[in-house]
Amino acid sequence: MLNLMLLSVGVIALMAALLGLVIGFAARAFAVEQDPRVEEVAENLPGANCGGCGFAGCADLAKALVGGMASPAACPVCSAIARGKISEILGLAANAVVKQVALVRCGGGSGKAAFKTGYNGVSDCKSATLVASGAKGCNYGCLGLGTCARACPFGAIEISDGLAIVHPRLCVGCGKCVEACPKKLIKLVPESAEVHVLCNSPEKGPAKKKVCEVACIGCRKCAKAAEEGQIHINGFLAEVNYGNPPLAGLVGAAGCPTGCLARAKQREETA
Amino acid sequence: MALEHEHFFFRGGIHPHGHKELTSSSPIQTAPLLDKYYVILQQHIGAPPNLVVKDKDLVKKGQMLAEPGGFVSAPVHAPTSGEVKLLDWHSSSGVKLPAVQIDADGADEWAPDIHPCPDWENREPAKLREKIARAGVVGMGGAAFPTAVKLSPPPNKKIDVLILNGAECEPYLTADHRLMLESPEKILQGAAILAKVLGVKTVLLGIEQNKPDAIAKLSGLAKSGGVTVVPLRVMYPQGAEKQLIFALTGRKVPAGGLPMDVGCVVQNVGTAAAVADAVVEGKPLIERVTTITGSPVVRPGNWRLRIGTTLAEALTLVGGIKSQPAKLLLGGPMMGHAQTSLDTPVAKNSSGILLLSHDEVAQYGSQACIRCGRCVDVCPMSLMPGPLSVMIESERFELADYAHATDCVECGCCAYVCPSLRPLVQHLRRGKAEIIAKRKKGK
Repeated sequence: MLNLMLLSVGVIALMAALLGLVIGFAARAFAVEQDPRVEEVAENLPGANCGGCGFAGCADLAKALVGGMASPAACPVCSAIARGKISEILGLAANAVVKQVALVRCGGGSGKAAFKTGYNGVSDCKSATLVASGAKGCNYGCLGLGTCARACPFGAIEISDGLAIVHPRLCVGCGKCVEACPKKLIKLVPESAEVHVLCNSPEKGPAKKKVCEVACIGCRKCAKAAEEGQIHINGFLAEVNYGNPPLAGLVGAAGCPTGCLARAKQREETA
Repeated sequence: MALEHEHFFFRGGIHPHGHKELTSSSPIQTAPLLDKYYVILQQHIGAPPNLVVKDKDLVKKGQMLAEPGGFVSAPVHAPTSGEVKLLDWHSSSGVKLPAVQIDADGADEWAPDIHPCPDWENREPAKLREKIARAGVVGMGGAAFPTAVKLSPPPNKKIDVLILNGAECEPYLTADHRLMLESPEKILQGAAILAKVLGVKTVLLGIEQNKPDAIAKLSGLAKSGGVTVVPLRVMYPQGAEKQLIFALTGRKVPAGGLPMDVGCVVQNVGTAAAVADAVVEGKPLIERVTTITGSPVVRPGNWRLRIGTTLAEALTLVGGIKSQPAKLLLGGPMMGHAQTSLDTPVAKNSSGILLLSHDEVAQYGSQACIRCGRCVDVCPMSLMPGPLSVMIESERFELADYAHATDCVECGCCAYVCPSLRPLVQHLRRGKAEIIAKRKKGK
C-alpha cells in the first residue's frame, strides 16, 4: 500500500519536473519580444477604451504610440500631465493640446421651444427622428431623449428640462456624442471659449421665432459688437469663430434679443 | 375556377376592425376646383425628378412640371392651369422638399399635348410603356414605385402572371372598393394594357371576401376579358405584395427578392385605372380617389382629389370635424404616416386621410418584452419582431441583420398584438435604417 502511494507521488513528481523543463525551455525558445514601453504608456492612458482616438482601445493606441503610428495628442481624453508623461516615455517633445469639450448648440428646452405634435414612441432620439423628424417644432433642435447621454462613456451629458447639457469638467472631448446625435447639433469646441451661439437652425428668423423663444434670429447684433472675424453670420445663423473666440464681455455688450448668445459658464452653473 | 386558388393562406396576419362601413357605401365625389395646389416633386420611390418650369410660368392642366431624373423616377404634372410658384415644402419627415405651387386661373384648360390613344391594341408594348412612364403613373396602393419600371423586367426574368391588387386590407380605406364598383371597365381596360405590355396571358384579380359586391361586379365583367377574379380570405395584410402573390399563385418570393423573381408583377387596381387613363385618354396622373374618414369627420366619404390638394382643403370637403382629433394620418391606421400639419398636400400614393379621436389612439408606455411570442405568430414575413426589437434597442444591428430585419414590411401586425405595447415597428424601422446605411457605407 505504501509502495503504491510512493510510486504515485514519484510518478507525479517526475512528470511535473519534466513538464516544467519543457515549459521552461519553450518560454526561452519562443519568447515574444515586447517593448516594455507599451505597458508603461498604457498605464498612463485613461483606460476607458472610449475609442475617441480611432484605435480599438487604449492598449491598441499604446502599441501605435510606441510604434510611432500615433502622436500623444491622438487621445482626446488624456490630462496634460498624462500626456506629458507619455511624451517623456517615448522621448518626444510635449506640445500643448487645446482641450476640447462638447457643446450642444440648442437652448430650446421645455417651455422655450414649441412642440408640433405629441410623441409616445421609443425614447431615443434616433428612433424619434424617424417619426415626423421628432416632435419638436424646430427640425434642428435638441429632442432631449438622451441618445448622446447614453453614448457618453464618461457620464458628462445630462438631460435637464428636455435639453442635453454637457458638464465641461466631466467632458473629455472624445466626440462620441457628436456621432450619436441625429440632429448633428453637438460640436467640439475649445474649453477656453467663453461665448457660444446656442442655436443650430438655418431657417429664416421669423420661422425660427415661431417655434422657439431662444433661437438665433440672425439680427447681427453680436457680430457688430464683436471684433472683426469673431462671429460669422451664415444666412440666419450666427456662428462663433473658435479660432478667434470672443471674450465673455460680448454677451453683455451685444444684448442678444433672444438670449441664444450665452456664456458656457452660465450654462454650467444653471445645470 | 376561383376555388383552386383558395388553398393558399399566407402565414400570420391579424384581424383588425375594418371600420369600412363609414365610407364603403358612399359614392366617389369629385372635388371642386381649388385656388391653390401644392405639388411635391418627389412623390415616388427613386431619383428625384428635375424641374422643367420656372417661377411665374403659366402652365396648362396636365403639363409636365418636372421630368424623370433617372430610370427609377417619374414625372409630375400640373393639376390645373395657372401660374407656377416654386417653393420648398417641409415634409412630415422634416426634410425640405422642392415643390410647385399652382395658383389656379379657373379656366382648368388641358395642355395641348394630351394625345388619346383609343387604338392601343395595335400599338407596340414599348410605346405603351413609354406612354405610362410619361403620364407619371406610380403604384397607388401606397409604395409609389414607378409603374413603368415594374413593367420593364430585366430580360432574364420571365413574367407569366399579372396580379391586380384589389384586396384593400388596410382598415378604414374604401377608395379601391368604390373604384372597383364604379369604374370596373376602366380597371379591366388598364389590366388588359398592362398584360399586353408584359406579354402575359394570366391575369389574376384578388379581392377580399368582405367586398362581395365588387367580386360579383368584376367577376361578371371579367369573364370576357381573360381576367380571373379570386376572392381572398379576409386577413390583414392580405394586400401586401408578397402575401398576395402567395395567396393567388402559391409562389414564395425569396427573402430579399422581388415579385419578378417568381414571375409575377403586382399592380394596384387604382394603378390599373390610372394606366387606362394614361394610355386610352392620354391623361397624366393628376388626380386620385382618396378615402377621407375617421370618427371625428362630419361626413366621411370617398373623393376624387387632385394631387396637390392640402389636407385642410380635403377636410373642408367632408364638412370639417365634429370633435378634436388626436391623430392625423395619410393612409390607413396600420401603415399610414402620421402628419403634423394640415398644409400637407395629397400625393399620388395618398389612399386615405384618416383622423382618429383620443379614445382611438393608445397613449400607453411600452414595457419589457415578456417573450409571449404573439408577434412571431402574426408576422407574415416569418420574422421574430420581439427579439429583433431587443437587438435593435441594444444597438446590435449586425445581429438584427443576421436575423433578417430588412425583410420586415412594416405592416404593424406585431405592434398590434403586443401585450407589452412595445413600439415594435418603430424599432424595426430604426434597425432597417441603420442596417441599410451601414450596407451603403460598406459599398
